[in-house]
Amino acid sequence: MHKSLMLHFRPKKVDEKALDFTLTFGLGGMAVTLIALLFATGLLLKFYYLPFPDRAYDSITYLTDTVTFGPFIRNIHYWSANFLVIVGFFHLLRVFFTSAYHPPRRLNWVIGIGLLLIILLFNFSGYLLPWDQLSYWAVTICTGMMEYVPWIGKGMQLAIRGGRDVGSSTLSIFYAAHTAFLPAVIILLMPFHFWRVRKAGGIVVPVSSSGEKKVSSIQDLMLRELVVALVLVAFVFCISIFFNAPLGEKANPGLSPNPTKAPWYFMGFQEILLHFHPLYAVCIIPLLVLLGLLGAARGKYPSSREGIWFVSSKGRFMAIVSFIAAIMLAPAGILLDEYVVDFVAWIPGVSPIVSNGLIPFLVVFLLCTLLYLLAVKLFSPDRNEKVQMVFVFFITVFIVFTIIGIWFRGEGMKLARPF
Amino acid sequence: MIRSNRGKIKKTAEPPSRRSFLTILWTVLGIAAIGELIAVIITFLKRGKTGKISGKSENLIEAGYADSFPVNSVTANIQGRFYLCRMADGGFLALSSKCTHLGCTVPWEEKEKRFACPCHGSSFDSNGSVITAPAARPLDMFPVHIENNMVKVDTGKRIEREKFLKNQLTYVKKGLS
Repeated sequence: MHKSLMLHFRPKKVDEKALDFTLTFGLGGMAVTLIALLFATGLLLKFYYLPFPDRAYDSITYLTDTVTFGPFIRNIHYWSANFLVIVGFFHLLRVFFTSAYHPPRRLNWVIGIGLLLIILLFNFSGYLLPWDQLSYWAVTICTGMMEYVPWIGKGMQLAIRGGRDVGSSTLSIFYAAHTAFLPAVIILLMPFHFWRVRKAGGIVVPVSSSGEKKVSSIQDLMLRELVVALVLVAFVFCISIFFNAPLGEKANPGLSPNPTKAPWYFMGFQEILLHFHPLYAVCIIPLLVLLGLLGAARGKYPSSREGIWFVSSKGRFMAIVSFIAAIMLAPAGILLDEYVVDFVAWIPGVSPIVSNGLIPFLVVFLLCTLLYLLAVKLFSPDRNEKVQMVFVFFITVFIVFTIIGIWFRGEGMKLARPF
Repeated sequence: MIRSNRGKIKKTAEPPSRRSFLTILWTVLGIAAIGELIAVIITFLKRGKTGKISGKSENLIEAGYADSFPVNSVTANIQGRFYLCRMADGGFLALSSKCTHLGCTVPWEEKEKRFACPCHGSSFDSNGSVITAPAARPLDMFPVHIENNMVKVDTGKRIEREKFLKNQLTYVKKGLS
């Protein structure tokens, strides 16, 4: 009986090539496993947690100090949530680099991006719940960023905080989102995502080898998936035994810790915020990133590219060049802006939206365009290789920004050594 | 069954029939119902919050007697989350302790005579003007009233400003004090 139930999610037979671990690295399955762990532990945590500012923190310390297995359950929830962001991100990279975002999988690429955004919202809303200094101030600055979205920003901020400041309304809104609204959304979206995979005829495999040999789903595919899931669960359990989820001092609205940082997965954006006027950092640049990600799937691509890592040998070479360029240019740009460039002082009497926003943005934009034109002239790539090159460049910049934000920013958010 | 019927009608009957009129009617009604549902949800979620955050309600806090604040001083008021600054000429200014960049609480650094935000390195001088970015506008202020030598700050009315002006200061009236 359970076998026929499982076959609702999987076809009876799959391509033998689809079993290759290096084609997918089992990342989608890992994400499902982590989400299952999160649901299970989240349900347990719900029995102890109290979503009120004067009681939330104490309910967590009660859980960690008195309840048997309390820290263990909380740690599993914490580590699964953090790993899920990484696994989801790598899943996006895998899908991109094996050209699995081409039609007929275009819609599923969009759904996948939606799921990744929901995972981020999940993490962010959960971040506030312990109500310690870390969570209170991270949520204060992250919701503070909304203020700079033109026209609707202030209204959005009021709506999400439920008031002027982060307070009891914010906590109940975040609690409702984290434990009821977002779970409902993700439960609806996940099956949609899986169903689209089946609609596209299974996961992407190289055209040359598709249809060669079919193997049984249950015996060959699901057994492997089960092994990956079990290894991952064992790994999360081990981490959760040895490493506790952080819990700072109880939230104190009168005292901002120095430095105050956003959650680590938003550190890339916080780094952008240090270099551009907030209008650009929190509104225009993220919008461009989202449009770029969605736009990548538009246009025509030859189906011969599907399932091949990095498109072609030229594509692979260009990706490496792009990666090296970004790895060198991103820190150079940060250092230049930190110590040399200061448009605000150079062009006095101009609104900071222009001197700290438009001008640096245009400078960066022009430099990127020049680099792009140079690369196109040097390699004469096709559309697929171009898209990949641009993607690699900006993803690398974002990763560099995130790393610098997490480890190289110290007191007063000045550059500092992590050790 | 229904689908095949509909397909037939589209092919054979060209002028809009009673059936297509009903389809349009149902669609319009459906959209209206969804709109109503959304409106109800939005109003429901907004409940009880409008009054609190309009910023028009008075919330007077007594900061202390005017004489107790020396000139050129900055005094923190923890309860009201503001700083009461007394300028060199004796004028009072109540500054919000919330950084205008992203809302962190800014501490006053007596040594360097400035407010320094720990979050992103913005700093402000004693009248709230920006010394270093990323903050784009001066610290917000609250209205100050001085009655019978008592300094009162209205924390219900947050005032955003573009720059510091002399007329933002409040003075003790000579004849009364």
